[in-house]
Amino acid sequence: MRGRCLIGLVDILLITLLAATALVIIAVRDLFAAVMLAGIFSLISAGLFTVMDAVDVAFTEAAVGAGISTVLMLGTLMLTTSRERRGTARIQILPLIVVTLTGAALIYGTLDMPIYGDPQAPVHHHVAPEYIADSPHEVGVPNIVTAVLASYRGYDTLGETTVVFIAGTGVLLLLKRPRREAGAEPTKNTSGDQNQTASG
Amino acid sequence: MFAVALVAIAVTMLLALTRAFKGPTVFDRVLALNMFGTKTVLLIAVMNYVSHGPDFLDLAVLYALLNFVGVIALLKFVREYSLKPEVEIE
Repeated sequence: MRGRCLIGLVDILLITLLAATALVIIAVRDLFAAVMLAGIFSLISAGLFTVMDAVDVAFTEAAVGAGISTVLMLGTLMLTTSRERRGTARIQILPLIVVTLTGAALIYGTLDMPIYGDPQAPVHHHVAPEYIADSPHEVGVPNIVTAVLASYRGYDTLGETTVVFIAGTGVLLLLKRPRREAGAEPTKNTSGDQNQTASG
Repeated sequence: MFAVALVAIAVTMLLALTRAFKGPTVFDRVLALNMFGTKTVLLIAVMNYVSHGPDFLDLAVLYALLNFVGVIALLKFVREYSLKPEVEIE
């Protein structure tokens, strides 16, 4: 009982930190700081997922959110600029109202959802009992999640992997082209000295 | 005992976050990020003992490694491409 209470407090702490970080990311004008804070945001999310026992999701979040995205965003900063221009747009009332109403509707929608971790929730009675009962002798993999991903949803996973592979190949091809032509003609620069540093 | 540890980690997280919010130099923020990563590792380790769930300690070690590599990458970036308006120390 005391453990549950502690976990609840940690949840509240992490969600508060998450909200504070998100607000500061919106407010801050220095984009390098925004990238750092986005990394912290991912770490907090990963902590939340771990507290909810979703360890695999948490690890993906930490690797992709705090690792790869940070590097990619830093690369973008290198190619562009690290300061955000001060916006001139005024606060527009109609979009604000629409967003607030949509948010309120979404929150209203969650009120009917079963409590987190409720064993009586419909999601735990749809196909999960069959997986738990049948996967050891149908598939023979001790981990049920792996059995579902690799066997019951095998085609789905194969499709996902294909999509990710094609996307990765496409990005690699796109990134490679300017390098090869760089020797023949000067490519379009965003700013002169940065390009030199990058190629040198 | 775990409660005290959790409170200590929470306070440190808050302090690191404040430093990340306030800046003012790149190095403050990198250090804050690194600190926050370490605190996440500690939080996961302590939560593991509180919840008596499956063993997450290997995960915590992986986070620590990731954090280390991440900070090295960041610092390398700062040195190689020198984000000029930020690196100056007042």
